[in-house]
Amino acid sequence: MSQPIDSSIIGHFGPYGGRFVPEALIGALDELALAHEVALGDPEFQAELAELHRSYTGRPSIITEVKRFAEHAGGARILLKREDLNHTGSHKINNVLGQALLTKRMGKKRIIAETGAGQHGVASATAAALMGLECVVYMGEEDTKRQSLNVARMKLLGAEVIPVTQGSKTLKDAINEAMRDWVTNVETTHYLLGTVAGPHPFPTMVRDFQRIIGVEAREQCLELMGRLPDVVLACVGGGSNAIGIFHPFLDDADVRLVGFEAGGSGIETGLHAATISGGSPGVLHGTRSYVLQDANGQTVESHSISAGLDYPGVGPEHAYLHDIGRAEYRAITDAQAMHAFALLCKTEGIIPAIESAHALAGALQIGNELGPDAVLLVNLSGRGDKDVQTAADYFGIPL
Amino acid sequence: MSTPLEELFIQARAENRAVLIGYLPAGFPTQEGCIAALTAMVEGGVDAIEIGFPYSDPVMDGPVIQAAADTSLRNGTGAKEVFETLEAIAKIAPTVVMTYWNPIERYGVDRFLAQIHRVGGSGVITPDLTIEESENWIMASKAHDTNRIYVVAPSTGEERLRRVTDATSGFVYAASLMGVTGTRTSVSSGARDLVARVRSVSELPVAVGLGVSTPDQAHEVAQYADGVIVGSAFIRLLQESSSLAEGVEKVRELARELSKGLHRP
Repeated sequence: MSQPIDSSIIGHFGPYGGRFVPEALIGALDELALAHEVALGDPEFQAELAELHRSYTGRPSIITEVKRFAEHAGGARILLKREDLNHTGSHKINNVLGQALLTKRMGKKRIIAETGAGQHGVASATAAALMGLECVVYMGEEDTKRQSLNVARMKLLGAEVIPVTQGSKTLKDAINEAMRDWVTNVETTHYLLGTVAGPHPFPTMVRDFQRIIGVEAREQCLELMGRLPDVVLACVGGGSNAIGIFHPFLDDADVRLVGFEAGGSGIETGLHAATISGGSPGVLHGTRSYVLQDANGQTVESHSISAGLDYPGVGPEHAYLHDIGRAEYRAITDAQAMHAFALLCKTEGIIPAIESAHALAGALQIGNELGPDAVLLVNLSGRGDKDVQTAADYFGIPL
Repeated sequence: MSTPLEELFIQARAENRAVLIGYLPAGFPTQEGCIAALTAMVEGGVDAIEIGFPYSDPVMDGPVIQAAADTSLRNGTGAKEVFETLEAIAKIAPTVVMTYWNPIERYGVDRFLAQIHRVGGSGVITPDLTIEESENWIMASKAHDTNRIYVVAPSTGEERLRRVTDATSGFVYAASLMGVTGTRTSVSSGARDLVARVRSVSELPVAVGLGVSTPDQAHEVAQYADGVIVGSAFIRLLQESSSLAEGVEKVRELARELSKGLHRP
């Protein structure tokens, strides 16, 4: 199973992936692909990254079984992979540390990053501070208002945050602006893309840096239960936490992989960010995948209560896994996600990121479908501290 | 069979001058206004026209063209309006469409090229289509006698320059600098080097774009390149004018000024 996927020498996943970028970026993408390939086989690089994971991020992240939550999911066993406990509060740090090390290897001194909710921006600012790199984060003006706390965090960490006022003023436009910066400053600058989208090598490279989630979780399941889970569940925006936990299970044919996209107000309303469930094949931000688009190929704005899933594209490997039937993708509405969010808070004492709450809502669905014998492994990709304001507004808690 | 664009470059070479190419996004400032402004450009002395297909995520474009594309999209511009504009302008000058890839893919590669050819277009500039993703595009554009114009950059290495220009027809679009579209106070010295490097691997005409806006800059570029591409400067005139009529006259005047400096000694 993993063989045909990985054999894509120029970054294709079936008909998806590839490179749709200005010629000016080809040299930098080639340089990056080479640096990544060399690093993969370099014990020194791997040791340096492993040490950062251990002593800085706090890996391996633990597994928590949530029995009281599982009572609402048909009694299935539910295990959470606790990426929320990582330094900076989400899985984003896994990729950021890897790419920051590559940046240093390539002799570049400046990183740029896009961010929606601010998690990837905070992780990038963190790695830049740790490694003495200059850091500029592009963030849609709308998002800087919604996530002002994360803007302050990035500034405290020494990053410059540039509000993007073009287009819809959200994540999609932050990526556009970061790409424009990169085209202009490519000689000195690395674009530290936060998800498994974008031109080759990003989808492959970011996946490789996030695979640690699934590698650890697979071993932990075997250790804890002597068996693999029946289903692995994760939320999907761009899809980096999902591919990270899915990928090491691809060859385990009996393990179902299910990704949960942001259904917003419901796919039928048109106000959603469920790119695979409600979009069509197209090209966005340098890669061919599923895209939310209109009849003229213009990108359509996405909608989700979760800023981190509010993106009209998705990683090309997910598009491929969907088409070949190896993974399934479902949409979870804002209301379903917020129900699962509140339930985890009250039954387990864990406040999840609203992004991750989409996967928790998925666990409630799948658990009820499969019944008490099923074992579900859910990627709890981030913690909900950043979402307190949004959740308080949603549930009518006065601040 | 050669396209009107290819014939134009042959003719200009015989006259020892560079070709002046003007750009506007279709539907900007309005559908009729765009056709009027492009017509004025041609009357003022622009030799060939590049019509932009406005796109929601133009990562190669600076603020001026982004704002124009936004206006155009808000006007409801889509494939139909792009082809209408092309049909009108191709009657008076060799004309190409410049578009990001997704609108082509959405329309259908073969259908898109058939339509370009049917309404008299000479070719298509594809700034984000890499040669690795071009297999169908190359086959289909040959079948429809349409020029494939790729953009090369100062960072494009020797070997790749050879491969990209091998895939190109009509002319090679040389991006003068590492960056996005927009006016600059001077044309990057990298442009002259890039044109020379293209010439060492290809016989095709080379046109320089990105950051060319004044008659002096056009004259300078015309001394070493086969074509000079001006976009943002025209757009700015239309954005800054209080009426369409005023904008169109300013566009005609700039075209006239730019076209004076294209001859070589």
